[in-house]
Amino acid sequence: MQLTLEFGGGLELLCESVKIHNVNVDPAEDGGDKLTMKSLLAWVRTNLIKERPEMFMKGDSVRPGVLVLVNDCDWELSGQLDTTLEEKDVVVFISTLHGG
Amino acid sequence: MDEAEVVKPKKNAVGGRLCCLCNQRRPALKRPKTLEQICRECFYTVFEEEIHRVIVDNQLFKPGERIAIGASGGKDSTVLAYVMSELNRRHNYGLDLFLLSVDEGITGYRDDSLETVKRNEIQYGLPLKVVSYKDLYGWTMDEIVKIIGLKNNCTFCGVFRRQALDRGAALLKVDKLVTGHNADDIAETVLLNILRGDIARLSRCTSITTGEEGPIPRCKPFKYTYEKEIVMYAYFKRLDYFSTECIYSPNAYRGFAREFIKDLERLRPRAILDIIKSGEDFRISTSTKMPEQGTCERCGYISSQKWCKACVLLDGLNRGLPKLGIGRSRGPNSDRQRDMKQSNGTRDIQSKQCGTLDF
Ligand SMILES: [Zn+2]
Ligand SMILES: [Zn+2]
Ligand SMILES: [Zn+2]
Repeated sequence: MQLTLEFGGGLELLCESVKIHNVNVDPAEDGGDKLTMKSLLAWVRTNLIKERPEMFMKGDSVRPGVLVLVNDCDWELSGQLDTTLEEKDVVVFISTLHGG
Repeated sequence: MDEAEVVKPKKNAVGGRLCCLCNQRRPALKRPKTLEQICRECFYTVFEEEIHRVIVDNQLFKPGERIAIGASGGKDSTVLAYVMSELNRRHNYGLDLFLLSVDEGITGYRDDSLETVKRNEIQYGLPLKVVSYKDLYGWTMDEIVKIIGLKNNCTFCGVFRRQALDRGAALLKVDKLVTGHNADDIAETVLLNILRGDIARLSRCTSITTGEEGPIPRCKPFKYTYEKEIVMYAYFKRLDYFSTECIYSPNAYRGFAREFIKDLERLRPRAILDIIKSGEDFRISTSTKMPEQGTCERCGYISSQKWCKACVLLDGLNRGLPKLGIGRSRGPNSDRQRDMKQSNGTRDIQSKQCGTLDF
């Protein structure tokens, strides 16, 4: 599944200062043709985060203070970890924890 | 809580819920304050108008005043500069607005964030004044860190910045300084002051205006504004801000209090406002006496001691004794007094002391 992932608010520093990643994630790991945010986060942690993963995740979700938008919509409206992703979705992660 | 209720497939534009304010457009975010699901346009309106209400209800400004916006290039002060200039126009506040930045002299950090502020100057049409540690004190933070190392550098940063802002404000001849402290920051400060048993600061830290007895009063129009909404606003409006951590504040140290607040917010977003409310209700008529006002014999800055804290630190630096003025060598009483005086109405918290360069 083709997705665009964007890291902002300082999170890009955890993935070699690259803000936008066009990625291909295999939904089969989720046991079907659906990919949930929960498994995307696990994938991101393994494949994109190069340092200090604790700045990005806590438990199996993002660290509190990291905002997530799916297609420019707050993931709190779409079920957070249960949000299902579709082809060409854009997922944005922004840290609120940097800078004043 | 009501996490369970929002299991709603995204992009379900037809069957999905609509914005609960306009009932027309698809919601774009869930407000932490109210849990309302609102669209982008309604969000802009409520976000800006709530800040307007805070400004009006607390009579933060008078027509004709000159106001400096403490600008670090970070998210809070960038959004503050944008919203202040919008509201000033829209509601005819009649204010003369300026951006005021401090250049601590931190290569690879401050120079980059200052570039952001310089772009803001053009984008928002607000005149910018930059005051530098080098000009004011003869030292950059890079030079100071070379001498004292990474351990106490935040003491220097904090003391110098507070004074630098006051001096910059004086140069601009402004009546007030506004800063981007948000509701999360204030809740965090309340908690830290409770944990330290610092009643004097606890009573003060929730005030929307502080330092009225000092040279330049400071106020916080974002006192009730959630960090989440500030960042969402900046994101949706594509505002240009800088978000790299300070190289002298390793690991983006935020402190346990911040972490705790963010954890609480996830469980119950109202918690942030409730903590601020608790802090306000704690406002005890303190028996702790504020030390008497005086001025520094060397530089003329307000001080309860012979020399102000910045001059003590500078003297140590210039004499090659940089540890002078750091730490608690005297008795707890004189130390406490000095602290109180030095903080002079501004907050003094651990986790945002230096790295974020948040004023
Ligand atoms: Zn609406
Ligand atoms: Zn510092
Ligand atoms: Zn002095």
